[in-house]
Amino acid sequence: MANVIELKKINKIYGSGQYQTHVLHDVDLDIKAGSFTSIIGQSGSGKSTLLNIVGTLDQPTNGEVWINGNRTDQMNKKELAILRNRTLGFIFQFHYLLPEFTAFENVLMPYRIEHGGAPKSAVERANEIMNLVGLEKVKNNPSGKMSGGQQQRTAIARALMNEPKIILADEPTGNLDTDTTEIIYNLMREINQTIGTTFVVITHDRRIAEKADRIIEIADGRIVMDV
Amino acid sequence: MKLAFNIAVRFLRSGRGQTILIAVGIAIGVSVQIFIGSLIQGLQIELVDSTIGSQSQITISNKSDEALIDNYSDLVQEITGNYETIRFVSATADGPALLSLDEDSYSILLRGLDFDTADGIYKISDKLEGNAPVSVGEVLIGRELKEEAGISLGDEIVLLSGEGKRENMKVTGVFDLGVSNLNMSWVLSTLPTTQSFFGYEDKATSIEMQLEDVFEAYTLAADIQSAHAGDLTVENWKDLNASLLSGLNGQRVSSYMIQIFVMISVLLGIASVLAITVIQKSRQIGILKAMGIQDGQASLIFIFQGLMLGIAGAILGVLLGLGLSYAFTAFALNPDGTPVVPLYIDPGFIALSAAFAITVSTIAALIPARKSSKLNPIEVIRNG
Repeated sequence: MANVIELKKINKIYGSGQYQTHVLHDVDLDIKAGSFTSIIGQSGSGKSTLLNIVGTLDQPTNGEVWINGNRTDQMNKKELAILRNRTLGFIFQFHYLLPEFTAFENVLMPYRIEHGGAPKSAVERANEIMNLVGLEKVKNNPSGKMSGGQQQRTAIARALMNEPKIILADEPTGNLDTDTTEIIYNLMREINQTIGTTFVVITHDRRIAEKADRIIEIADGRIVMDV
Repeated sequence: MKLAFNIAVRFLRSGRGQTILIAVGIAIGVSVQIFIGSLIQGLQIELVDSTIGSQSQITISNKSDEALIDNYSDLVQEITGNYETIRFVSATADGPALLSLDEDSYSILLRGLDFDTADGIYKISDKLEGNAPVSVGEVLIGRELKEEAGISLGDEIVLLSGEGKRENMKVTGVFDLGVSNLNMSWVLSTLPTTQSFFGYEDKATSIEMQLEDVFEAYTLAADIQSAHAGDLTVENWKDLNASLLSGLNGQRVSSYMIQIFVMISVLLGIASVLAITVIQKSRQIGILKAMGIQDGQASLIFIFQGLMLGIAGAILGVLLGLGLSYAFTAFALNPDGTPVVPLYIDPGFIALSAAFAITVSTIAALIPARKSSKLNPIEVIRNG
């Protein structure tokens, strides 16, 4: 299978002079389409920075980033925004929904960012996704008034809205209880298997990580384990 | 566009207290602007009206003092026909005379008027006790002259012209133009009376006009002058009332200054509050950018917020300003029940104030818009 993500000799250095922090050291990484990869590592190991670079939210100090066959480290802000909108879905630890909108409106948001309005077909699709993540009953609740698990499922539904090739998740269950964590992982796994979306998930939970196709461990900015 | 607008609406609704606060701030600015503007305009109109409202605003006369206008009725007709914005046109035949009364004599200006049209300019019939002169030999005198000389209605007075002509006239009424100087020196009569008294034949000394808009006097006078180049001179009130004009100008400029500073303070207020909302909403902007919203769209959210706040503030401000103006005319009264200053409500000016407030609010939103455009999503993501 083709690689949807290719990182070549990625270095990331924050700051300058004597306060320099070298976060990533010559990281090479290929991720195949349709795979489910988990990234583990201590906090401060550079795993979030790595994910943000893959997600084009952060830029590497040097090295090449290829997403879905496009080199992103040389794109301008506008091209990156379009790439993120169409190719990437994000799930963050603190779910980052827009509290001014309902769960359903949050799910529609990536579509509206691309197209402006939301025609019937998009509304139908959003409804389907809400059903898929099991939120049909609470979809019209204000997003700030839902439980943590519901919010995270909304975030997953939102990440799926534009049928992205890749979904990047940074500790998506970091602040959820064990049962909910299980539900969220099973949901992501199911989407990965049925729709074929590529998942890259950061977690600190080894038990969860072991369910992935591939586990990458990062320590001090280097890949120390890749199984 | 639509998405940015929707997000703007939601942002405004979620921070309702803040939204109301800014809208009220704009509204107060607009209402002060409307109130002061209407007050100054009312004051100016009142001032202009009381100064030149009851006198000739454009006067045509012959270049040389001695000469007369011979085809005056043609000229009156022509001007009435050609210039729609001239309300009244009236020919007069004036001359200096002496009113002789026993031992005393008074130097007067005997004015022959066409009462039908001159009444429009001088509003004599409102201020007349007795009857307007109809036949030759009938005159009106002013209130002050009547008291000073002890003349009663129906008395015969003796007038002497500069050439020594002496004639008896009958006083049919007493007028009060509100200016004691004129009440003392003017004696009004019909055109035929003065034409025969001064030997003008069928000629006039001047043609007087009053306009719809007194501030057009300058251009209209110039038009008439260019149409009648030759031996006629056309004078307008602006040339004769320079000090009044400079007073009006000073008032207008100071009113503009007040309005501009009110708007600047509104602008600064909106800009600072909107700048805070960008910080409040930076998490949302960050996540929208992570989802791929363009920087321009992110800016538009704040522009729309400014626009909507401006519109809401303008509407509120117009209502408040009109209310304030109404209260002022209803409660700030002279002893006789008339308003201290009659306000002039000009819909055009109100529309302009509202449009100005909306523009200013939108401009104020540019600062936060720029800020949100520059916001990097990674800062929000990294710092939670």
